[in-house]
Amino acid sequence: MDITVNILLTIATAATPLLLAAIGELVVERSGVLNLGVEGMMIMGAVGGFGAGYLTGSPWIGLLAAIALGAVFSLLFAVMTLSLATNQVATGLSLTLLGLGLSGMMGTSFVGQPGARLPNLDIPGLTAIPVIGRLLFGQDPIFYISIALTAAVMWFLFKTRTGLTLRSIGDSHTSAHALGIQVIRYRYLAVIFGGACAGLAGGHLSLVYTPQWVENMTAGRGWIALALVVFASWRPWRVLAGAYIFGAVWIGQLHAQAFGIPVPSQLLSSLPYLATIVVLVLISRNKRLTMMNTPASLGQPFVPDR
Amino acid sequence: MMRLELVKRPQRSMLFSALSPFIAFVLTMIAGAILFALLGVNPLKAFQIYFIEPVSQVWQLHELAIKAAPLILIGVGLSVCYRANIWNIGAEGQFILGGIVGSSIPVLFPQFEGPLVLPLMLLFGMIGGAAYAAIPALLKTRFNTNEILTSLMLVYVAQLFLDWLVRGPWRDPKGFNFPQTIQFNDSAILPELMPASGRANWGFVFALVAAVLVWILMSRMLKGFEVRVLGSSPRAGRFAGFGINRMVFFAFMLSGALAGLAGISEVSGAIGQLQPVISPGYGFAAIIVAFLGRLNPLGIVAAGLVLALTYLGGEAVQSALGISDKVARVFQGMLLFFVLGCDTLIHYRIRLIGFAAPKLESAPKLEEAR
Repeated sequence: MDITVNILLTIATAATPLLLAAIGELVVERSGVLNLGVEGMMIMGAVGGFGAGYLTGSPWIGLLAAIALGAVFSLLFAVMTLSLATNQVATGLSLTLLGLGLSGMMGTSFVGQPGARLPNLDIPGLTAIPVIGRLLFGQDPIFYISIALTAAVMWFLFKTRTGLTLRSIGDSHTSAHALGIQVIRYRYLAVIFGGACAGLAGGHLSLVYTPQWVENMTAGRGWIALALVVFASWRPWRVLAGAYIFGAVWIGQLHAQAFGIPVPSQLLSSLPYLATIVVLVLISRNKRLTMMNTPASLGQPFVPDR
Repeated sequence: MMRLELVKRPQRSMLFSALSPFIAFVLTMIAGAILFALLGVNPLKAFQIYFIEPVSQVWQLHELAIKAAPLILIGVGLSVCYRANIWNIGAEGQFILGGIVGSSIPVLFPQFEGPLVLPLMLLFGMIGGAAYAAIPALLKTRFNTNEILTSLMLVYVAQLFLDWLVRGPWRDPKGFNFPQTIQFNDSAILPELMPASGRANWGFVFALVAAVLVWILMSRMLKGFEVRVLGSSPRAGRFAGFGINRMVFFAFMLSGALAGLAGISEVSGAIGQLQPVISPGYGFAAIIVAFLGRLNPLGIVAAGLVLALTYLGGEAVQSALGISDKVARVFQGMLLFFVLGCDTLIHYRIRLIGFAAPKLESAPKLEEAR
């Protein structure tokens, strides 16, 4: 029983960064913007979170720094694609490349240093309940943020007027503009929200998952998060499900390596990436369904006329 | 609040079309100067070490050619993809597969020598890269799967596959357990161009030939026209009878073959055996090369040399100033950012609207006052 709980806990820890990054990107894509820079914003959050936590000794300051750095970094993308109407695919790629380089440079002095770890929740009485105690009341704070954020995004997108407006922008920016909606302003806010989420996801990696700084420690998680959004057909609760499936794959392959299963460890390590491809193939096979779900103006630059 | 406003030009500006890479370069230098100043280094001294010293002697120019060759080869292939609006960003993986498949000859048949070895290796490398690139093409055409994500995921798979090979079945049995294959025999080594003055090998010639051939393809042949039409207006392309699915395969496999050729050239030229890591991110840097070169094969040759210089400069400042060689990645990232930003100037005029525009600001206020 204890082993099961432990495995579930590690799956939640592996799924949380995927969920955070994907839920942020979901809002961005719902507004019609494709930001391929998730990996870059995430790694900036990871290095910023670790650095601030390490230098101040407070993982909480690290957490805030991760969010801030992700958001500021995404602003770069926003200015380029929204104000200068550059190609979103190419700009997102350059954000990722720049983030990987910049984080490597910023983190040179952090390599091998012990980091500050965010403490797990500990509520006297509740956390000690067998089995469900640790699952419900004993996880790291970012886990709770990720779940709350998913619920909040679900409510915001489908139950509020602003959410409806945001979705309408994603489906037709020209119509939204004609109705007098500030398309660019909404998109700026969406992109910055996505950046903050990706930064927080990175912060989770360097403040909870493995509290240390390792170059390229995101290891493609930002890209997997992008795939999750497609897999989830742009629906928040499906992102949640997808993130936990991928968390399970990630943890499963690590356990399989530890148990010494007679399969090359490299093959096991490549499972999350192969699984991403398989899942993408399965979900996009139906062309009409995909077209129906995809925000119609996703990835197209918009220049308001006067 | 101050904001930017874009005003569409009646036609694309030829002036900015030609100038934009240069403006981008200047802006990168300015941002780089700020970066070096923040790191506590005199920017002028840093630039001297970064951009001038690495190319001040003949042997160093050879090193530049070695770094530029894969960047140009891959970048030229990617330019065809991007012109067709097909997003292959997994060239790094195709590079690795080219290296692996090409190396299978000297690794599995070390006794096989003679003039046939190299051409076969190069051919195998191209086939390996093209076959690996065919996977995202197949998934896109057959299952409508997003090629950006699949081609990128395959990079991680390729890296792990290479890692397994050199630590497992292909490891040199007499190599003291180092994760590497046997040293290739002499007939499997890509010859140097001018051994008297430096290390540059035939890879650079391949890159130049590829650039010219692709330039001819794109500007003088029907296939190139097809690429451009399908890229700028898929609907028009369909009416013209151009098959979009065939184009996806063509663009992916052409760029994959060139990336594979770059991979095997790098392994048999600069390295001489397979190692766990055979590329310092050439496949990704080549994306920048393609855009900096304006998706024009001849521009890409120049852009490849610039990006190669950023690699050499990164190594130089690391050894001379103790700055992490990741600074090269930062320069490359900034360069792409600025190029994309400057490209906006080709199609739009930029106006700054701020507090200085009283007409817009004051009119509603008068209304309120009444």
